[in-house]
Amino acid sequence: MSEATFDHTGSRAAPDARQAEHDRLPASGRSASAMRARERARNPRFKAKALIPILYILFLLLPIYWLVNMSFKTNQEILSGFSLIPAEPTLRNYQVIFGDPSWYMGYVNSIIYVVLNMVISVSVALPAAYAFSRYRFLGDKHLFFWLLTNRMAPPAVFALPFFQLYSAFGLIDTHIAVALAHCLFNVPLAVWILEGFMSGVPKEIDETAYIDGYSFPKFFFKIFMPLIASGIGVAAFFCFMFSWVELLIARTLTVTEAKPIAAIMTRTVSASGLDWGVLAAAGALTIVPGAIVIWFVRNYIAKGFALGRV
Amino acid sequence: MDKTFNNRAWFLVLPVLVIVAFSAVIPLMTVVNYSVQDTFGNNQFFWAGTDWFTDILTSARFHDALIRNLIFSGIILAIEIPLGILVALAMPKKGVWVSVCLVLMALPLLIPWNVVGTIWQVFARTDIGLLGATVAGLGIDYNYVQDPLDAWITVVVMDVWHWTSLVALLCYAGLVSIPDAYYQAAKIDGASRLAVFRYIQLPKMGRVLLIAVLLRFMDSFMIYTEPFVVTGGGPGNSTTFLSIDLVKMAVGQFDLGPAAAMSLIYFLIILLLSWVFYTVMTNVGADKAPRTGGEA
Repeated sequence: MSEATFDHTGSRAAPDARQAEHDRLPASGRSASAMRARERARNPRFKAKALIPILYILFLLLPIYWLVNMSFKTNQEILSGFSLIPAEPTLRNYQVIFGDPSWYMGYVNSIIYVVLNMVISVSVALPAAYAFSRYRFLGDKHLFFWLLTNRMAPPAVFALPFFQLYSAFGLIDTHIAVALAHCLFNVPLAVWILEGFMSGVPKEIDETAYIDGYSFPKFFFKIFMPLIASGIGVAAFFCFMFSWVELLIARTLTVTEAKPIAAIMTRTVSASGLDWGVLAAAGALTIVPGAIVIWFVRNYIAKGFALGRV
Repeated sequence: MDKTFNNRAWFLVLPVLVIVAFSAVIPLMTVVNYSVQDTFGNNQFFWAGTDWFTDILTSARFHDALIRNLIFSGIILAIEIPLGILVALAMPKKGVWVSVCLVLMALPLLIPWNVVGTIWQVFARTDIGLLGATVAGLGIDYNYVQDPLDAWITVVVMDVWHWTSLVALLCYAGLVSIPDAYYQAAKIDGASRLAVFRYIQLPKMGRVLLIAVLLRFMDSFMIYTEPFVVTGGGPGNSTTFLSIDLVKMAVGQFDLGPAAAMSLIYFLIILLLSWVFYTVMTNVGADKAPRTGGEA
């Protein structure tokens, strides 16, 4: 430990160290890290503690590993033997999926309605979230609560009425129908998340911009949106995600043309129930999009799930 | 933050209102409409008053599904909350491992729900699944297709696998917001590990933990896809939760009246829970503002 650190802690902290800590006039970064190093040396549980996340993550990865493992096996091998790694790895299952439009169009359909939904949700939620974070108006609290109830509504309640509503408009089996239906829970989600991020931007910025002569649209697009760019990204990610994982409504509203991959999978299970390899490959492929984007939002996942309120 | 009172803000909310009205209010009105009518087919409806509601509220089938769902939610909370806290406490606080942990833990949350079901359906099969085969290999008689208890265990373990990370991530977010100085003060006071948890970490995690409990309760209360794929509500009705029962009634048997009445009762329960959730959430926001202000 250097002399400087010693002086720093020595002069102030000696008589009432506790008080100093409570005031959070910090011990310098160096002494804090030194403290941690000492703790690590003294604390034998340090290694044991790391076991918990490792075991937990193993528990999480094991079923996924089994799925991926299966997707590289032939059906014979799946049904006959029991092996931790494929004895004769094959890409046949993936070839089946990428060679057959009725399979790979499922992914295309899913991505089309998910992206449509994401764009609609975030673009209508942006102005609304701004209104909620900046203004009080007649019925604002009721409205905010009503939005939340839609996020919390069980999709099972809406499955049948959705089917009838979209039949009446002739929208069954179109991508836009699923995209609009998923707005039920994604618009409220986007409003809540964006409101959380927007409330972190000081109001003085708005006022200064207006004084400088910015009109509302110009201010909103030129100044405000760049400030909450990460919030927009997180909201878009969560809309993407919840639309991607939902099946009940998507399946109810589609027949063939817009059928999501998730629904195509269930059909295969019930009909043939035999082609385990292809089923596993299809499942493994649905994990990919989430796994790719998750890296970018890893620090905001908790905030998104808590509707922008952590 | 002081907000200005301005009713013109309504114009900004209008697009959301239109879209959500289209995808929520109109369908809900259809449900209300069905819930008070009966039909003999051919689209001829007549007034049935509150008959369906009395039917549902007194039916054993609804009671069973409700009780089953409450037990399920209870078990889920009892396992996932402590486990989530434990994992969050043991996670590294700095370095590359944080990112690796976060990404790997969040992975199950991003898998389509029916694929989650498929994964576990395969994983737990005694003939081709790793888990099922291992358990059977240990000499335990395990068959989730026929034995209600095994079906329950499978569904619960699957949900723990799927959603514990949510609790862990929320708790972790609460934990990293605790300033180092708190721990240093505790160290100088000679506080035990348990005391640090009880008097520093738990109170600081309190709010996120409340959010986690409410979210998990609500989502497990409307669980549908995962158990449906794994067990289809069976064996018998042993894993038929509220949503599964509702879809059976509405789409399977096309009993529109009772299904609509059940939907509304279900929705009212959710509404009540949402109100609790809303109160918690808005208070979290209110508490946060002065606290961050003080730190600056």
